[in-house]
Amino acid sequence: MSARALRIGLPILLLVAVLLLWDLVVRLFAIPPFVLPAPGLVLATLIADGSLLWQSLLVTLTITFKGFLLAAFGGIALAIAFNQWRLVEYSLYPYAVMLQVTPIVAVAPLLLIYLPQPLAVLACAWIVAFFPVLANTTLGLSSVDHNLIALFEIYKASRWQVLWNLKLPAALPQMLAGLRIAGGLSLIGAVVAEIAAGSAGAGSGLAYRISESGYRLNIPRMFAALLLLSLAGVAIFFALSALSYLALRRWHESAVTRER
Amino acid sequence: MNAPGQPIVSLRNVGKTFESGTTALKGFNLVVGAGEFVSLLGPSGCGKSTALRIVAGLSEANEGTVEWPVGHIGFVFQEPTLMPWASVAANVRLPLKLAHADEVNSQEAVARALDRVGLVDFADAYPRELSGGMRMRSSIARALVTDPDLLLMDEPFAALDEITRFKLNNDLLAVWQELRRTVIFVTHSVFESVYLSQRIVVMTPRPGRVFAEIAIPAPYPRDERFRTSAEYAGFCRQVAEALSKAMAGGAS
Repeated sequence: MSARALRIGLPILLLVAVLLLWDLVVRLFAIPPFVLPAPGLVLATLIADGSLLWQSLLVTLTITFKGFLLAAFGGIALAIAFNQWRLVEYSLYPYAVMLQVTPIVAVAPLLLIYLPQPLAVLACAWIVAFFPVLANTTLGLSSVDHNLIALFEIYKASRWQVLWNLKLPAALPQMLAGLRIAGGLSLIGAVVAEIAAGSAGAGSGLAYRISESGYRLNIPRMFAALLLLSLAGVAIFFALSALSYLALRRWHESAVTRER
Repeated sequence: MNAPGQPIVSLRNVGKTFESGTTALKGFNLVVGAGEFVSLLGPSGCGKSTALRIVAGLSEANEGTVEWPVGHIGFVFQEPTLMPWASVAANVRLPLKLAHADEVNSQEAVARALDRVGLVDFADAYPRELSGGMRMRSSIARALVTDPDLLLMDEPFAALDEITRFKLNNDLLAVWQELRRTVIFVTHSVFESVYLSQRIVVMTPRPGRVFAEIAIPAPYPRDERFRTSAEYAGFCRQVAEALSKAMAGGAS
């Protein structure tokens, strides 16, 4: 079997095995659905509650996407500002780190007090997602080949020419790696904020559905929502990986297949 | 372009001490005339690259006077120093792009430069798809694209295998004979400096200064026959002796 077939086949095989075992355990011990629903029931719930869950998914994804965009633009813009003006970096970097290391679960309730709920959720998605973009882009911008910088100096390039023609393209691999992390994190940020808003919120996102289903002991719907959520995360990861591959495939070692 | 022989670069009594306290150059004198092919030869760490960087304006001398070259400079680094995200043509075009040159002229200049180094068929290739020799050719094409008055080369062929190096030596000489622009070539190879240059400046170990200047009056074009001639061997011996004296003198 080729490596590619194994890479696709083995996880599927494992999935089937786990689902069968799960189903078997539920039947064998006659576990009630409000403790552990069988996989078939989860799937049935997913279909039955489809339109409700789909609406919720769209709400969460919209917030995730907005948070991601804000994080991407904000992170890259701030990294450029750090790179161009050292004083900006000195002034702001410690606070960017502080924002990153403070657990978002702890910050979310506070944000919910001061901001209207949709804005607070968006702010959470942004806070967790922007730091990897900032950190990676900053690293990328400052790790340009010194000889290339000397070359630009010889040709009397302006600092914006250096930024646009040298530093930004050179930072692209790290920037894309940061964006890939940020994609998953913005989903996490949105979910955390929705959960924190909980019953107090008038939200209708997927995370809200999960906590609501929890209170109502509607465990099959909880599983179905959770499944949708992780599928959404996987889709985001693959979309950003594809973007990274398309941007780098001609020149960066990470995207080029090694020939033997 | 300056008249042949007229000084285009002159460094007088130049000294350079780095912040770390290392003195790279002390009392360094060099005058290069327009159209000349001069090599700076010395052991590694003798400050020859520093001298080249001072001429290029990449580094500032602490002492002495430097008369700046007029017009365009082309610089070839020891590594090809290409932008990996850009095609060969885009890399070669960079100096024109930075100078906001117009589209049509740029395209012609890039095509001409690629033609000089034999890379016309690889204009759309990316650096990683090329061999080491071809990358260096791209780097030379980029240095030539602005039609520079002065070409500065910092051990450009040191990392290449011998076969490729000989080929590039010949191609460089062909370009130089056609364009007759000034070349300052830094190397630590006696054989390479004799093969290429009209004049060799032998430097002492750190702090670098000029130990001897040796003219190589052999006529151009020089080819493989020259490389295997007794005359060439004689020049090499003369230069090698000067270099070993320079190194002994520097050590005492």
